[in-house]
Amino acid sequence: MATIVETPRPITMADLKGRVDPDWCPGCGDFGVLAAVQKAIVELQIPNHQIVTVSGIGCSSNFPGFIETYGMHTLHGRSLPVATGMKMANPDLTVLVTGGDGDGFGIGGNHFTHTIRKNVDLTYIVMDNQIYGLTTGQTSPTSRLGMKTKSSPYGNIEAPINPITMALAAGATFVARGFSGEQKHLTDLIKQAIQHKGFSFLDVFSPCVTYNKDNTFQWFRPRVKKLEENPDYDSTNWLHAVEKSTLWGEEIPIGKFFERTDLPALHEAEPVTQGRTMLSYPAHIDPAAAQAFIDELV
Amino acid sequence: MSQTFSIGIGGAAGQGVATPGDIFAKIFSRRGLHLNAYNAYQSIIRGGHTFLTIRAGVDPVTNMGDTLELLIPLNQDTMDRHLRLLGPGGACIYNADSIKPGEHAEGVQLCPLPVSKLADITKNKVAQNTLAMGAALSMMGIGFNSLEHVITEQFGKKAASVAEENIAVARAGYDYATQNFKPFANPVPMTDKKYAVLSGNTALAMGGAASGVKFYCAYPMSPSTGVLHWFASNGRKAGIMVRQVEDEIGVVNMVIGAAQAGVRAMCATSGGGFALMSEALGLSAMAEIPIVVIDCQRAGPSTGVPTKTEQGDLWQMLGAAFGDYPRVIAAPLDIGDCFTLMHEIWNVVDKFQVPGLVLADLLLSEGRLSVDPKLLDFAPPIDRGEMITSPNGHADGEYKRYLITESGVSPRAIPGIPGYTHVVSSDEHDENGVLISDMYTNATKRRAMMEKRMRKEQGIAAAVPPPHLQGPKDADVTLIGWGSTQGVIEEARAQLAGQGITANQLQIRWLVPLHGEAILDQLRNSKRTIIVENNYSGQFARYLRGETSFVADGHIRKYDGEPFMPHHIVEAVREQLAGDTTVSVPAHEIMV
Repeated sequence: MATIVETPRPITMADLKGRVDPDWCPGCGDFGVLAAVQKAIVELQIPNHQIVTVSGIGCSSNFPGFIETYGMHTLHGRSLPVATGMKMANPDLTVLVTGGDGDGFGIGGNHFTHTIRKNVDLTYIVMDNQIYGLTTGQTSPTSRLGMKTKSSPYGNIEAPINPITMALAAGATFVARGFSGEQKHLTDLIKQAIQHKGFSFLDVFSPCVTYNKDNTFQWFRPRVKKLEENPDYDSTNWLHAVEKSTLWGEEIPIGKFFERTDLPALHEAEPVTQGRTMLSYPAHIDPAAAQAFIDELV
Repeated sequence: MSQTFSIGIGGAAGQGVATPGDIFAKIFSRRGLHLNAYNAYQSIIRGGHTFLTIRAGVDPVTNMGDTLELLIPLNQDTMDRHLRLLGPGGACIYNADSIKPGEHAEGVQLCPLPVSKLADITKNKVAQNTLAMGAALSMMGIGFNSLEHVITEQFGKKAASVAEENIAVARAGYDYATQNFKPFANPVPMTDKKYAVLSGNTALAMGGAASGVKFYCAYPMSPSTGVLHWFASNGRKAGIMVRQVEDEIGVVNMVIGAAQAGVRAMCATSGGGFALMSEALGLSAMAEIPIVVIDCQRAGPSTGVPTKTEQGDLWQMLGAAFGDYPRVIAAPLDIGDCFTLMHEIWNVVDKFQVPGLVLADLLLSEGRLSVDPKLLDFAPPIDRGEMITSPNGHADGEYKRYLITESGVSPRAIPGIPGYTHVVSSDEHDENGVLISDMYTNATKRRAMMEKRMRKEQGIAAAVPPPHLQGPKDADVTLIGWGSTQGVIEEARAQLAGQGITANQLQIRWLVPLHGEAILDQLRNSKRTIIVENNYSGQFARYLRGETSFVADGHIRKYDGEPFMPHHIVEAVREQLAGDTTVSVPAHEIMV
């Protein structure tokens, strides 16, 4: 009997179209991020059943519902630990984490630092709009000083964090910044982030057209400058990356700030599994090991 | 229970109370004796008072008991605090160079050891401990060779010379006691049985391993840290991944992630850490991802008393996370049950895809008990429930993760399988996992999904056995307890019987589902009911009343951080039968 070898059908944009259309406001920056993620997956040809998209809560965190992969819509701020557990138990999965600046740097700030430190092999895409959107417009950890919002009618008096510098300081092995208005560039960054072995952090300017009247597409467009256009920029130089990350104002760099590939990802360093999926482990533990545990107590 | 023998060893933390404790435990268990050990201590690494009680006997020893036969105070403070616990026939072995005895009961034998004459104290810092162990063995009528064996095991790892030196010191104590002290009236017996001695934390961890847990993570918190330590040191041999996480919120969410990937994943904490995990239990229930969380209760609220026991987290468990959702809560009855309960709860939790909570406490977690090794079954039945782990059987795109079924349980596909892509959702969702809470709000779908999830409660109730009355049916009094008080209530009942008062017992192991109807049925003929619990407000009494309208006649409550001793319950029952009170709060006499 002849064996039929099925050639896997190529993954197309249609395969990745979600079951429902995004509920984002018309013109929202998140549409561009969704499209770029889908394009990156098509270009990398990763079968969608091997991908899990994990999010927290917020406008951008509805992302897993708008893309046809396995998805987890978790709690506000908790996408990173959930994704870590998922990746550690089954490293064969490609795990994408999506969310906003409030979710990732506010309520989830603690996990951000520690997931970086662990170098979990995840791709973390923050759709940074510098405002809380789903709660109808309050300051976020990246809102500029002086910004007037519903929770800061006299202007924001708390300095914003710099996610890029923070990620570098915490030891991230891949740090990049994209802009929803730069599709091709963003798609390329997402591809690199997915291919990076270890924690890849991608902060994406994804303007909120409803609540943030300061940091709009029009505001960003003349300011963003691609690091890739500077032939002297060396993304393996951490100190240069830190220096570049502090630029803000008339010129705002986007692109890959930093990458190092010499450190093992957490699942590779893990002493028990050493990169293997736990799904293949037998349910009962080895009887000889079990007997040794009992003997120790007798 | 037949006669038991209790030793109390006390001193400052860091003075080496643990080593003689371990050695006595080993000697007793190798003599085929049952034992129970409980360490009362303070949250301080050096200094602070610590008092270890080891009680041994031929029959199962379920609790620390009421009396001491032997006291070994390693400092003056211990002597002053505990000498009066000794009754006639008891003995106190102490360092005559540095410790003075105080007032004591008649018939107590004081056994001063001239430590500096018997050993070179400049060379051996723990000479007084080792001498006392030797002396104690002699007085118990136990041959010296058993001590020699254990010392060789204990110290031989360091160097043979260390073991030899300690054996010589122990020998000096043994011989001195033989010549100068009166042996105990009843020599410590011996049987041909073999028992495993383990802590509740070890039992919980091993029970998890036996249940097929593949992922464990934790944030250190007393008294649950021992679970982490067992997994950390044995994970490699058992094939279990163990991670320490930045906080308990991270812990429980990581467990949920690993569980969603398809493995059994669990964690343990104490009350404060559990409070942080609360929200995520809602995620486990809503997304229908089965997990197990162990809470080793300590005295609360807030940071509370980190080294003291309490049964004060019941209402936190019952109310954890907002909204209505099905959950399972069980409280192990003793340290052996910490092992057995794990696979029982896991099979229920997996079958119904709900969060399962195990309510242990410091008494179990850090206490030690002898257990028949046959009970430590590492091949129990493992039922993962309706899981889809391969692409057979379903056509592309037809799979509904939250398919509405009669049982409320929907087959669960794990990520990585072609044809089953779906989103598991924290927001309310439809059968496909599409969010309906915001944009797609729909009252009909919301109601259908709520009812689907809550229907699982019926299946869970059928899967979990109701409690049964232990003891004589027509007893004078029925004592109702839950979790770790099983053994102490049992012994109190035996003591009451000796005083002409018959008592039976209803001990609750499964708190949710409670089986209210069955409980009412069991209590129908009770003449007088008294609820015994280790908390201030009668958390179980209030829960039972809320679920069944049953109001007990009396209450025995203890919230001083220490566990019940049998006589606390006996005296409280007597005062309540005499009509003196309906709420007894026993005072604890071992002051630590």
